[in-house]
Amino acid sequence: MTATKQKRSMVRRAQFALEGALNMVFGNGLNPLYYLGALGFFFFWVVVISGAYIYAFYKTGIELSYPSVEYLTNEQWYFGGVMRSLHRYASDALVLVMALHLLREYIMGRYRGARWFAWFTGVLLIWLIFAAGINGYWMVWDKLAQFSTVSTVEWLDWLPIFSEPMSRSFVTQEVLNDRFFSLISFAHVTLPLFILFLLWVHIMRISKPVVNPSRGLATWMLLALLVLSLVEPALSQGPADMALEPTNLNIDWFYLFIYPLLDAWTAGQVWALVIGSTLLLAVLPWLPPRFKNIPVPEIHLNDCSGCRLCVADCPYEAVIMRPRSDGMHFAEEAVVIADRCVSCGICAGACPSSNPFRGEEDYMSGIEMPSITMSGLRTSLRSDLEKLSGRVRLLVVGCDNAVSVLQLQSASVAAISLPCIAMLPPSFIEFALHEHHVDGVLISGCRAGDCYHRLGVLWTEQRLAGKREPRLRSRAERKRIKLFWSVSLDIKELESELESFRASLTSNQTLTKVREER
Amino acid sequence: MPKPLQYMGQVLFYLLFVVVIGFFSTSPTYTHLPPDETLIKLSFSHAGQHVGACRERTPEELAKLPQYQRKVTTVCPRERSDVVVELELDGKKLYHVVMKPAGFSRSGNSNIYRRIPVKAGKHTLKARLKDHDGDDYNYVRDETVNLVAGRIMVIEFKAETGGFIFKNHAS
Ligand code: HEM
Repeated sequence: MTATKQKRSMVRRAQFALEGALNMVFGNGLNPLYYLGALGFFFFWVVVISGAYIYAFYKTGIELSYPSVEYLTNEQWYFGGVMRSLHRYASDALVLVMALHLLREYIMGRYRGARWFAWFTGVLLIWLIFAAGINGYWMVWDKLAQFSTVSTVEWLDWLPIFSEPMSRSFVTQEVLNDRFFSLISFAHVTLPLFILFLLWVHIMRISKPVVNPSRGLATWMLLALLVLSLVEPALSQGPADMALEPTNLNIDWFYLFIYPLLDAWTAGQVWALVIGSTLLLAVLPWLPPRFKNIPVPEIHLNDCSGCRLCVADCPYEAVIMRPRSDGMHFAEEAVVIADRCVSCGICAGACPSSNPFRGEEDYMSGIEMPSITMSGLRTSLRSDLEKLSGRVRLLVVGCDNAVSVLQLQSASVAAISLPCIAMLPPSFIEFALHEHHVDGVLISGCRAGDCYHRLGVLWTEQRLAGKREPRLRSRAERKRIKLFWSVSLDIKELESELESFRASLTSNQTLTKVREER
Repeated sequence: MPKPLQYMGQVLFYLLFVVVIGFFSTSPTYTHLPPDETLIKLSFSHAGQHVGACRERTPEELAKLPQYQRKVTTVCPRERSDVVVELELDGKKLYHVVMKPAGFSRSGNSNIYRRIPVKAGKHTLKARLKDHDGDDYNYVRDETVNLVAGRIMVIEFKAETGGFIFKNHAS
């Protein structure tokens, strides 16, 4: 293992430990770290709604803006003031969850290959969100606004664009222009519209994106921010006065951290830092080490009936339907859009023709991963299962993105690992139980609520529960199937799960009964 | 994990969340300007004098021009000279700048905006400017100023009203 890989896996372990702890406290459904993107949307909406209210009272003008915000804070503290505080704190929370969301996708490596699109649009979102937030602080036109405005304009003046420095328009109270206030007040409505548009683009290539946190999580988050708003209302820091340089300031470090840096560094250095880190982030999906993408699935029209199951299950909208091109009597056929595909194989697991009970030796499914075909999977499964010995013989199927199940292989345990657990067609479980007489099948994968390929865990649960096509048939006894979504990268947990499964099978009367029948 | 422990964990989490947000939305306080300092802002726009003198067009030159352009008989060079400014505080050089005229043909104004932090208190402040090719500073202002901490002094320049204007210092 290289040093960077080792470091990365350490970071992932730490992430898993933290998320595991929160799972214990919240349960997977409420774990905030599983809903960072959704929380981002939620805080965005809180900002929009609270903002709409305070905007109704906001007055645009050098002498008007500050008093209009003060009125809300003091005269109308019970509602307008609370709305102002919510507006500020939800904006801060938005930056916080955005940063964590970015970090998490990075640590999990979910930004390469086809995922570049969400990553790249995410980088653009950072700019827009900071622009809107900083713009918001200017609206108040207090000392903090003055400090931030003057610094920004000085920073912009460094660029060789303007022959007369814009800063000259902010030097004294007399030269200050009302048009500036019209501009920022207009921008403060327009920027969020751009953000909303970009958010829509951000999740455009994601099917069934989670844009709302669960109701419990949303309610508690909102309550928490409300309490904060009442305990620590957002306040202004005295009216701006261009004749006086602001001295001590209470800075919102979520949005305004760049300004102290502008005091310490030259404008050019800060430009280099900001542009440099943006560029670095933007090209990250293409930087080495080269992303080894598993070849994307192929369609075999002879076995494609146009049933749309692969379209329904693809987590990245990478399979679409088009009119039939081969003259068969079906209306449509599936097509894979390679640019959007993350090679999870879920589509192959969804295809009804991925059936191990089929007669032909080298059969093809309607949609197949070229590197792991269904007939190939059947062949290797067969040979593994035939070698099994011992009183209780088990099959473990896992996924490449969670703890590696291959470590569990032994004389009585066969193990296979797939790119995603939902690549496993349920009929393979039935096949192992009935054709090969294994005593139990343990299905493992990423943690519930946190599938690497987004929907694999959910689809597997639903298929096995008979709630989603392709369903697991009822002749595969549920007692002999166990689902276990591991909570850590620690193999011990999975081992002990396997042992308790084995024990339950041994003590299980069904096992003896089935044996006798055989 | 037992339910009560879970609830406690959740409360703790939300508490941590709002404390982080509440704290970093205003703290730690940032000192932008130390209490004993203030700023001088040098800010103005001034067109330097033309480089070289105007001259009369020769009759031959005039003849080459179309009829309607012949009324103006003098030609002046478009290029302007740099504007040089020097500030001295208590006899020590505080700032020196050579301001190039704007535009490709150097025919525009020379612009400046500069913030210069200084210690508050009584100072003698001398500002000199030259806007021609020669060596002598053709505008000078020398004054004792009382710079109050945090109160910005703006140094402007308007040739029409005699040159430098010191604004906003408490006298
Ligand atoms: C406030 C801003 C943002 C919001 C509200 C947001 C929201 C979301 C949502 C809802 C999803 C879909 C999650 C899912 O259903 O699996 C998502 C995916 C994603 N986001 Fe963001 N995001 C934001 C900013 C960013 C930033 C700054 C980055 C990184 C530069 C980023 C990178 C990604 C990536 C890579 C994915 C795709 C993950 C995958 O393919 O499985 N996002 N985002």
